[in-house]
Amino acid sequence: MEAYKRVAAARAKGRPSGADFIRNVLEGFMEFHGDRRFGDDGAVIAGVGWLNDMPVTAIAIDRGKDTKDKIKRNFGSAHPEGYRKALRQMKLAEKFGRPVVCFVDTSGAYCGIGAEERGQAQAIAENLMEMMTLKVPVISILTGEGGSGGALGLAVADEVWMLENAVYSVISPEGCASILWKDASKTKEAAECLKLTAEELLRLHVVERAIREPKDSKEGFERVYARLRKDLYSAFSQGKRLSPQELTERRYQRFRRMGAFTE
Amino acid sequence: MLSKKLFQRPKNDLENYGRASREIHPAVPDELCVSCPECRNILFASVMSTQFYTCPKCGHLFRLNARQRIDMIADQDSFVEHDRGMKAQNPLDFPGYDNKLRRAVVDSHENDGVVCGECTIGSYRCCLFVMEAGFMMGSMGSVVGEKITRLFEYATEHHLPVIGYTVSGGARMQEGILSLMQMAKTSGAVKRHSDEGNLYVTFLTDPTTGGVSASFAMEGDIILSEPGALIGFAGPRVIEQTIRQKLPEGFQRAEFLLEKGFVDAIVERPQQKEYLTRVLALHGAPQKEQTQEVAEDGSL
Repeated sequence: MEAYKRVAAARAKGRPSGADFIRNVLEGFMEFHGDRRFGDDGAVIAGVGWLNDMPVTAIAIDRGKDTKDKIKRNFGSAHPEGYRKALRQMKLAEKFGRPVVCFVDTSGAYCGIGAEERGQAQAIAENLMEMMTLKVPVISILTGEGGSGGALGLAVADEVWMLENAVYSVISPEGCASILWKDASKTKEAAECLKLTAEELLRLHVVERAIREPKDSKEGFERVYARLRKDLYSAFSQGKRLSPQELTERRYQRFRRMGAFTE
Repeated sequence: MLSKKLFQRPKNDLENYGRASREIHPAVPDELCVSCPECRNILFASVMSTQFYTCPKCGHLFRLNARQRIDMIADQDSFVEHDRGMKAQNPLDFPGYDNKLRRAVVDSHENDGVVCGECTIGSYRCCLFVMEAGFMMGSMGSVVGEKITRLFEYATEHHLPVIGYTVSGGARMQEGILSLMQMAKTSGAVKRHSDEGNLYVTFLTDPTTGGVSASFAMEGDIILSEPGALIGFAGPRVIEQTIRQKLPEGFQRAEFLLEKGFVDAIVERPQQKEYLTRVLALHGAPQKEQTQEVAEDGSL
């Protein structure tokens, strides 16, 4: 049951949160709040910081650490205002010509009355459209759980990377098991069927890079942060050399080829 | 003296003096009549299309298949289908998916969950896609994503508007992450079509939820709906489980979305064709070349 071990690791307590990734990968990060339409979503952190000598827009979904923080961050499930806040920051990145990095860790976009009233589906749909033609380099990194449309709303990027123990799926293994076998206890089998691990997603060409995690939990994520700093810097430097047309054409073609069918 | 049992219906074969009881039902084929699930009114199936598949007594809207929709909206014989032969694979070897696909093809007479093509509406040329609820609840897998993407690419190249009727339960779980990626793929194609100044109108029908609502369904320049259609990101059952309370009456219905500002208008079926014609005209849709019909003897 290899796949389910990854799911458990992706959700494990003590795993670095979105805020940790921003704090450790960037320097001098300044957080900016609000979507200018309804409110400020605690689940999404957005702002600008330094990647070496390069100003970079960073957006992260954060699940929260302790109970108080988790409630503030709605356990990492964003409302529409979270996606709109992210898009607002991406548009600013475009205006000032700086690359965008998204750290994604969510069980999914929030399913609630307010979220529906304020157009959860429309907010995600708009991000998918707008990110596709954003004229600056975009890289999304799945750091924990990549839950369906809620994750994709921040993952229309030039490249998508994944941490070794992150997962990315169209539906949670629990949801899949209860639909498929009407039995939520068959989560492990469902996780296996969904092909949601970094290894499988590399094979399906849905992600470009898997990033090794420390084997020993005491070691900490220092090496992961250092590698991300280095890899992001070189990817953004390359991306900046492309014209906006080349950049968006590549992004379009990246998704254009995905799918399996016969004619 | 007459037996008391003479006028009683026998309860079983023994009471019937050993004669096998025969059910006496006139031979009425199922297809001849339909009963309205709302008010139990019995309607002749043959008159359904002239009544826009609407119950005349209570106004209940019957669910249409893609071909019935096309007949209702497109000018007669104007629809030319694209990519009809495209079929799904089972890229993840998902258990039971092959069987499900086979059954869906038999039940719906379609190869997958969407029918795409080009047609005229009120003599205005446009591309049209109609999702098929009968095929795994219109779920979006690779075929739906690819066909819609191709339709938008074709429409961009030929400067044509796109009209899309959506009905879907969301992304197709059996194709895993690849079905999620179709959301991004179709959105990219919609964006390119839009950036070239082309019109896109979506018609959200009951139900439009999940990955389809969170991608091309909500990306129209004009978003229309039918009365009472369920439209949302999450299904009502999922929301009730999450928040552990009952949802208010009318929640996520078309009227609710109109009030919240996510739908431009609710249009009843008999008016839809005329409505779309007016929208196409206002947005400069190209008209069908006026070819004069010439009779065989050369007279006009």
